[in-house]
Amino acid sequence: MSSLQFDIAHLLAGSLVLASFMMLYQDRLYALLNVYAVHAGVLALSVAWQAYVQQAPHLYVTALIALVFKAVIIPVALHRIIKRLGIHREIESVIGIGLTMMAGIGLVALSMVVMLRVTPGADALAREDLAFALSVVLLGLLIMVTRRNAVSQVVGFMSLENGLVLAATGAKGMPLVVEISVAFSVLIAFIVIGIFLFRIRERFDSVDVQALDRFRGERR
Amino acid sequence: MSIDALSAILLIPAVSAALLAIFPGYRLTAKLNVVAALATFLTSLSLFVVEPVSGQYLLVDDLNKVFIVLTTFVSFTTSVFSASYIQHEIEIGRLAPAFLRFYHAMYQTLMFAMNLALVANNIGLMWVAVEVATLTTVLMVGIYRTHEALEAAWKYFILGSVGIALALFGTILVYMAARPVVGEGLDGMVWTVLVKHAAEFDPALLNVAFVFLLLGYGTKVGLAPLHAWLPDAHAEGPTPISAVLSGLLLNVALYALLRFKMMLAVNSAAIAPGPLMVTMGLISVIFAALMLYRRRDIKRMFAYSSIEHMGIIVFAFGMGGPLANFAGLLHMTMHSLTKSAIFFAVGHIAQVKGTQKIADIGGLTATNPVLGWGLMLGVVAIVGLPPLGIFMSEFLVVSSTFARAPWLTVILVLGIIIALGGLFLRIGAVMFGEPKGKTAPAEASYVPMFTHLGLVLMAGIYLPPVLVTGFQNVAKLLG
Repeated sequence: MSSLQFDIAHLLAGSLVLASFMMLYQDRLYALLNVYAVHAGVLALSVAWQAYVQQAPHLYVTALIALVFKAVIIPVALHRIIKRLGIHREIESVIGIGLTMMAGIGLVALSMVVMLRVTPGADALAREDLAFALSVVLLGLLIMVTRRNAVSQVVGFMSLENGLVLAATGAKGMPLVVEISVAFSVLIAFIVIGIFLFRIRERFDSVDVQALDRFRGERR
Repeated sequence: MSIDALSAILLIPAVSAALLAIFPGYRLTAKLNVVAALATFLTSLSLFVVEPVSGQYLLVDDLNKVFIVLTTFVSFTTSVFSASYIQHEIEIGRLAPAFLRFYHAMYQTLMFAMNLALVANNIGLMWVAVEVATLTTVLMVGIYRTHEALEAAWKYFILGSVGIALALFGTILVYMAARPVVGEGLDGMVWTVLVKHAAEFDPALLNVAFVFLLLGYGTKVGLAPLHAWLPDAHAEGPTPISAVLSGLLLNVALYALLRFKMMLAVNSAAIAPGPLMVTMGLISVIFAALMLYRRRDIKRMFAYSSIEHMGIIVFAFGMGGPLANFAGLLHMTMHSLTKSAIFFAVGHIAQVKGTQKIADIGGLTATNPVLGWGLMLGVVAIVGLPPLGIFMSEFLVVSSTFARAPWLTVILVLGIIIALGGLFLRIGAVMFGEPKGKTAPAEASYVPMFTHLGLVLMAGIYLPPVLVTGFQNVAKLLG
């Protein structure tokens, strides 16, 4: 593999981590969705580049799914759902932006240390890809735990899933990648339809302790 | 390609799911559901007679035969219970008949997904099957469409999705570890190939992979601290689904974990998966046992009891060795049978009384003697009193591990005793207190419940030698 190919793959995977970081500090839902669309677009580019480098034409299908479904259809659908359901457009976060960013940096460092240490045998491209992918997965988890709104949790989950697709395409010659990315798209479609059908505006936790008790089925 | 038993246990539920989605009329579809489940069960029994050829995608060995037969049997009895349960729900108008078509189609889809997860030889296919099983149960948990049910479904959905996402990352890492040894392509995900070559895999990569798999599939097993979805999903969904969740789906996730444990055991340089599983098992047992004391919802209480028992089972498999594995397998079987029997009883009781609140249910042995004593027998079984089957399997777990790790076993026994106290404390008033709530006679189908309890009682007194040798073979396989 030429060093240019490696550099471009590296650049794209790194951009995905960067996009994850950008999602961490958004405090408006629409802005978060826009960054997510960029995230999915970068993923599509990265997967397409992997398809070209590995000469694996089936990966173009995964790239196409990422581009059409994740970067266009899902963000547009969520935009409309937010408008129709009148969801609050500000994102309440559990801890401050600064602290979240610090935690994010810590997680990326952790995934670099873990993945680079355990994969000395693998080829360089797969190694770096895996480390970046784990960072994206952990950052996705961080978005999910630090946000209170259902929609932003879903966006966090979708970015986590992008990390998994990056890992799967980076693992050279892995079978079933296309099938798995289709399965994930079905899952995400279900989640989005679920938000709409069940009219989930926010997460259900509120300061009203009675509501919480009722939900837990533990009312005295 | 001719249709053998292996493809039949997948085809029957898949075809019936499609048919049930089309047919109108809940009486007909409920019967069809039972017939399809029975056919799947009978087909699975034939696996013992003629062993189908395993391929790159599907596999049958001694280990998954046990799981398949247990799954299809409990699915069948639950479908019988479900028929009478659903009829009542239709009559009181809690479920619209239109939803029934969907419910039955989902029931068979779940059967298909669980069977596929159990026979999958490909770790990617197994992951997809577990995901499908999660999705179908999410839809069924939310079927009442009340605020509580929807939130339970949502919580289950998000936590389950994170779980399967972590499991997928673990699966990808396993492939990465396998690739340098077995080469690129399909072989790198075929479980039988992986086990054969696991000794040459990079141990560090396998370790990380196993941690992800343990967290991912462990979420679905309901191990503390990843259990948060489980009580809600059990309490708010229809009771047949609670029975299937506790009795079967937790086992399927555990099965996935066991497959990876077997792979790690081959590689001597990798971490031993045992201690991790033992720790999570013990935490689950103690945590769930303590949580039993403050429960006010009867289905939620038995959901916590399921966490406790999954903890015991994971503890037994984590300790490993032929005896502890045998005990774990036996305990898993007994727990599936007993817990689904309990949910059958609880489902009818909640229908008779019109509530799931423990405080509003009282004096069951006086008002509904058959249901009351049936549930009592189930509770006596689940807390592990002799002479029932769970006593024997718990005794085996404890006696087979005591010599190797006395302190851990003491903690386990402590957890079991705390759980016993909690369950009896809560169930006492329900059984023998002054009668409360409606006292209408139940239109229940008692056959599934007493079949399960009868089997558990029989296993406690006499285990057929065929079963013993069968379980011993599997226990050896598990290493």
